[in-house]
Amino acid sequence: MNEKTDITLTINGADHTIKVEPRRTLVDAIREDCGQTGTHIGCEHGVCGACTVIVDGEPVRSCLMFAVQAAGRQIRTVEGLATDDKLHPMQQAFMDHHGLQCGFCTPGFLMLAVGVLEREPNISDDDLLDVLSSNLCRCTGYQGIIKAVRAAAVEMRGK
Amino acid sequence: MSTPETKGAGLKWVGRAIRRLEDPALVRGQGRFTADLPAAHWVRFVRSPEAAGKIVKITAPEGATVITAADLKGVKKITPMLHKFAYRPIGQPILADSGVRFVGEAVAAVVAPSEEEAEDIADLVEIEIDASTPIVDSRDALKDGARQIHDEAPGNVILEGKVKTPGFDAIWNAAAKIIKLDARSHRQNATPMEARAAHAAYDPVSRRVTLHCTTQMPHLMRTAIADVLSMPESDLRVIAPDVGGGFGQKMSLCAEYVVLVWLARKLKSSVGWTEDRRENLIASFHSRDQYITLEAAFDKNAKLLALRADVISNIGAYSCFPTTSGVEPLMAMAEMPGPYDVQQYECRARGVITNTCTMAAYRGVSRPVITFTLERLMDKAALAFGMDPIDIRRRNLIDKFPYKSAMGLEYDEATYKETLEMAVKAVDVPAFRARQKAARAKGKYLGLGFATFSERTGYGSPAFAARGMEITPGWETVHLTIDPSGFVEARIGSSPHGQGLRTTLAQIIADEIGVTPDIIKVIHGDTDTAPYGWGTFASRSLVISGGATLIAARKIRAKLIKIASHLLEAAPEDIVLEAGSAKVAGTDRTITIAKMAREAYTQTHKFKGEIEPGMTERGTYDPPGTFSNACHVAMVEFDIETGHVRMEKFIVAEDAGKIINPMIADGQVHGGIAQGIGNALLEEIIYDETGVPTTATLADYMPPTAHEIPEIELHHIETPSTQSITKAKGLGEGGCIGAPAAIINAINDALTPFNVAIDEIPATPQRIRAALREAEKAARKTA
Repeated sequence: MNEKTDITLTINGADHTIKVEPRRTLVDAIREDCGQTGTHIGCEHGVCGACTVIVDGEPVRSCLMFAVQAAGRQIRTVEGLATDDKLHPMQQAFMDHHGLQCGFCTPGFLMLAVGVLEREPNISDDDLLDVLSSNLCRCTGYQGIIKAVRAAAVEMRGK
Repeated sequence: MSTPETKGAGLKWVGRAIRRLEDPALVRGQGRFTADLPAAHWVRFVRSPEAAGKIVKITAPEGATVITAADLKGVKKITPMLHKFAYRPIGQPILADSGVRFVGEAVAAVVAPSEEEAEDIADLVEIEIDASTPIVDSRDALKDGARQIHDEAPGNVILEGKVKTPGFDAIWNAAAKIIKLDARSHRQNATPMEARAAHAAYDPVSRRVTLHCTTQMPHLMRTAIADVLSMPESDLRVIAPDVGGGFGQKMSLCAEYVVLVWLARKLKSSVGWTEDRRENLIASFHSRDQYITLEAAFDKNAKLLALRADVISNIGAYSCFPTTSGVEPLMAMAEMPGPYDVQQYECRARGVITNTCTMAAYRGVSRPVITFTLERLMDKAALAFGMDPIDIRRRNLIDKFPYKSAMGLEYDEATYKETLEMAVKAVDVPAFRARQKAARAKGKYLGLGFATFSERTGYGSPAFAARGMEITPGWETVHLTIDPSGFVEARIGSSPHGQGLRTTLAQIIADEIGVTPDIIKVIHGDTDTAPYGWGTFASRSLVISGGATLIAARKIRAKLIKIASHLLEAAPEDIVLEAGSAKVAGTDRTITIAKMAREAYTQTHKFKGEIEPGMTERGTYDPPGTFSNACHVAMVEFDIETGHVRMEKFIVAEDAGKIINPMIADGQVHGGIAQGIGNALLEEIIYDETGVPTTATLADYMPPTAHEIPEIELHHIETPSTQSITKAKGLGEGGCIGAPAAIINAINDALTPFNVAIDEIPATPQRIRAALREAEKAARKTA
């Protein structure tokens, strides 16, 4: 159980070869072994979604996945959303529509929304609300988040 | 909304919805939170599985580093102090010593090279406890012969506040109607998305420890921890980096942080601790566990004459530092009369010790509970008088200012009646009543509920001194500097963690000295770089830190004008500061602020000793306090089969004085209302009869998701405060103060056909269905 194995995690296109115990969660590996601390841990029970990342195109709770399960797959985190100086439309929309206050849940919401809209660019408002209900925010009352994601959806479709 | 392109000239920054200066880093995942720091050692706390009992034996695995109370010789207990209200000081050992008093109390600290190893070892630590029967409910703790939880507090009462206005009995006895309500608020947890975390690192050269922790009050943490460890305060640096929400829970001193600093000094190394969610839910601070009996005397015209309240506040096992466990009962006693004109008042408010997690401040502090109680009572009174709930409020709301409350608080100008009328108009009550009637005919139950309230904000040290607090927070200091490169730095004692203060203070400074907010850095949260201050809590930072900022900015402005007058050889009254420059009015003579700042450091000989070198000014502000106000309206749909309450719409008409940034202000109200909805319908920390908390995950505690929060419609009035130099009143807590009251009134309105009363929060489906069943049974009996 405590014996470590060598794995390679591909995060935002960069390979990280690390040694982890089989029980190590993906989020711990991303944060501690790969040093990408933009992904946060809110509950470790899969309830709050603060740790949401995109694995092979799908938003996942990285606290409910083992690092070894993600080896060889494409992992995207908040650090990979912006390109050079240009923010992703979702990041820009969160700033424009006050979709964040303390910013702790924000990376999880960004990855959830980006992951879903990339798969389903024409998602209905009701379905989008369903999806956004999978993560928790304690600051905004969700008003700014919903507005931001709807605005970003329009922007992303226009691309 | 967009960031304006115009650089200052002719436009004010205050009052505009500019984007937050905090956001670019946070949306990129570049926030720096405590748990992001690497450490050489990690701590896992072993917590008591029993709610009460004597510690018989602690057994640790061989070779493991396990710290217990026996190791912490010379470390003082956390003993908060209040000099009034028969307060009994009780001490909290940093790690439980002889006994345990709640499930989750830290008993031992395991130290290991990684978090996983620390957890593995913690699982093997055995704590043998000679358990006693715990006391969970405050009313059980008050019973004759109840086991005494602390030797220092007979009867388990830690404090008792009492007040009665002269002439009360005569007015009470002559009243036309007395309305009574027994209200119950269950226990809640503020639940910031970032749980607690701390990281203490020892520097062998300076022999100082730097403690990063998720706190709302870094300076006071430093003072308190240095006291408990009897170390020079200058050997400790406390940093609140990015903090993932606090809502009051991160105001109080955590025993765990003391252990981290002690360990860093002992190991001469770095030590980290990150709380898990279960620990946060059971062993961080709780709140709102209260019973209130409220009675009101009215004359025959439904004019409120007198209020009588009995408040029982379950304060848990220990008293929190710095506020003490008086924070809830005393707030309830001081502000119960709320927005109503009533000059006769009697109140008894007790803080009661139990074998549960310690109570501390949570957004709104008692006011969500007293507002729910008072507003529920007003609706009951309206029913008794056969009046509309809106009319009874019209008859009783304060409308003459300044108003002196029965408790002696002075209310500055506010808009209790105007916001009520604004909300009434926004609702379209007749249309709602028609819809409600039609729905009832189809077996659907809609409800409409109102809540009006006052929110005391931005109060300085005299308000805290009036409570008899040994620690009286209140003032704030700001050090404002233009550096030799022309950029601006404001070092503040407040410690924002999501409130957007870096942006709003920059807006205030920008207007005063004629620069753009993007060249202004607001620096906070580090005791080495920020001046002593109290932190961010109690809807105070924009009023108090904002006021201190304005005072400092006015001094900088005066100095810039003096320098410009020297360098441009013009009379001071002819100098205009705007768009980053000083100009002589009516001429083309101009000099940039950056150049003046540079000369203030590097060319001081030019000022012939008339101007002090450098460009730093200080502002300190300690205001008397002001009152925001609002009317909240909830529209709900109740499902008779499941007991589920669906929020249809929420309307707010509020007045928080001058609004500095409308986007940020709206965000504060939205967030508060969402917490209020959670408090009203979903959130409850439940203990079983053995004192074990059964709501230890977010799936059990249930903070609301986007699904439970309806559209929130906001309406504003801006009545400039005379008690705040920026004219702003605070508004951080209001959202969650009014929402539970409006929602419970709406639920009761929906349930009108069933002859039940819901006087309890949260109003869960189980509770409402149980009340309906009881009503049915009673109806059958009478039949």
